[in-house]
Amino acid sequence: MILTIGMRELRSMFLSPLAWSILAVVQLILAFLFLSRVELYQIYQPQLLAMESAPGVTEVVVPDLLGNAAIVLLLVVPLLTMRLVAEERRNKTLSLLFSAPISMTEIVLGKYLGVVLFLLMLLVLIGLMPLSLLTGSGLDFGLFFSGLLGLALLLAGFAAIGLFMSTLTQHPTVAAIGTFGALLLFWVLDWSGQGVAGGSVLAYLSLFNHYKPFLEGTFDSADAIYHVLLIFTFLALSIRRLDADRLGG
Amino acid sequence: MNGAILVEVKNLSRFYGEFQAVKDVSFTIQKGEVLGFLGPNGAGKTTTMQIISGNLAPSGGSVTIAGHDLLEDPRAAKAALGYLPEQPPLYRDLTVDEYLDYCAALNRLPRSQHRPARDSAKERCGLQEVGRRLIGNLSKGFQQRVGIAQAIIHLPPVVILDEPTVGLDPIQIREIRTLIRELGKEHGVILSTHILPEVQAVCDHVQIIHKGELVLNESIEGLQQHMKSASLTVAFREEPDIALIEKIPAVTSVQKESKGRLRVSHEADRNPTEAILRLASEKNWGLQEIRPGRMSLEQVFMELTSDPQAEALVSAHHVANMETPSA
Repeated sequence: MILTIGMRELRSMFLSPLAWSILAVVQLILAFLFLSRVELYQIYQPQLLAMESAPGVTEVVVPDLLGNAAIVLLLVVPLLTMRLVAEERRNKTLSLLFSAPISMTEIVLGKYLGVVLFLLMLLVLIGLMPLSLLTGSGLDFGLFFSGLLGLALLLAGFAAIGLFMSTLTQHPTVAAIGTFGALLLFWVLDWSGQGVAGGSVLAYLSLFNHYKPFLEGTFDSADAIYHVLLIFTFLALSIRRLDADRLGG
Repeated sequence: MNGAILVEVKNLSRFYGEFQAVKDVSFTIQKGEVLGFLGPNGAGKTTTMQIISGNLAPSGGSVTIAGHDLLEDPRAAKAALGYLPEQPPLYRDLTVDEYLDYCAALNRLPRSQHRPARDSAKERCGLQEVGRRLIGNLSKGFQQRVGIAQAIIHLPPVVILDEPTVGLDPIQIREIRTLIRELGKEHGVILSTHILPEVQAVCDHVQIIHKGELVLNESIEGLQQHMKSASLTVAFREEPDIALIEKIPAVTSVQKESKGRLRVSHEADRNPTEAILRLASEKNWGLQEIRPGRMSLEQVFMELTSDPQAEALVSAHHVANMETPSA
């Protein structure tokens, strides 16, 4: 049942030009950043060759690419998640799901699955770029996959926050702005409070601080659990919010 | 016709904040029954339907659908239920076929049955021609039919339709009514509407809800009885002597409607028809017509739903009319 709703979400994204344009724009921007980074590597290659234990091409290109991808997607994910529930509520189609023999949990997980599947597609497309380097060079797969895993977890977190924001309102744009604000806040949380007591707590909550280690190739289970907890929290909140819809009215 | 109880609603109530939209409503629906749910706007029809369909949680009371409690075993209860809300829940960017397949899947029909279920629902709602068209491009009448098809695709024992004929043209209304009657043979149907003739045309059972309370719960035969008011309409060729008619024992009042035409009210258990006939032939007034007066459903409805103040106003108006001799 979760799969049915998920596939329907995924299909509906591709029925409108939204999904296609997002894929195209993201790919274009990241390809540009990717190429400029490869160019940089080419320019400095002679110097790097002279160095002892110089960074490889993976180290120069991949963390930078994935870091940029995270920022671009921070802008894009709100647009994807905004319509999930808000639009159904607005078009009054939510009652189709509410009067069908499915639980709130299944509805929320189904919708979440739809977005996550789309983001995974995006992730594969992004992953293809560094893989294209294989034609002329080797690749540090450990670093590469660690970075991709980090990005996957990060995007899953983005999607969960976006889904929750979408359950709060019936205006997709409000959901988008809310999601964007929340994501940005989570991102920059460590900028302030430095040197103040308690500032380290804020820094610890920052999404960015739990993404960086993945890019550097270290897989810390604490970071992974941070993301998983974030996802669970917002999915649980979404379920509760939809339930409250029935109670409140 | 009548069989198992499909829906049992007990002491249902619902608050929106301080405002109580539904007050202690109880009723049942049996298999093979079409229940008409009638009431002015804002009377609590839609709220009640939303509660029965599981879209809204009740503040108190219980709903049992096909033997399953809606709150304790929602999945089984909702599987036995098809619901068409006031605004049909349609995805405008899907074709009719895709949409109905999705609905079949949501109602947990096995994949192999999607096609037959979709085809039979389309046939029953007259949608064979438009299966491949986008729902957003269909006319309002067809969209409404898709909405009904969605509600019956899994052949639920209970079908709930909230104002299914709103915004349709007269031909479409007739078609949808025929469809509802058809549905009523195999399913239990709850139909909400504020169109009175619709109820008379389609329903076996009528409920009138007003300000959240059930004010009438009658079978359609019972309602016919209700509508027979204790009055006669009599027409004569010659101008009759009203005073003589008023003297007939059972008659309570006589009202002149037009030249030679009277409305005679009488005591409910005594019928003065014979006496009037005798009088008419004695005086040679030339009786042309005599028939029992009937209240329309509208009148019953108005009587039950108008508040006392308005009622007082209406009767005062009535008295005034009676006192001034009509031309």
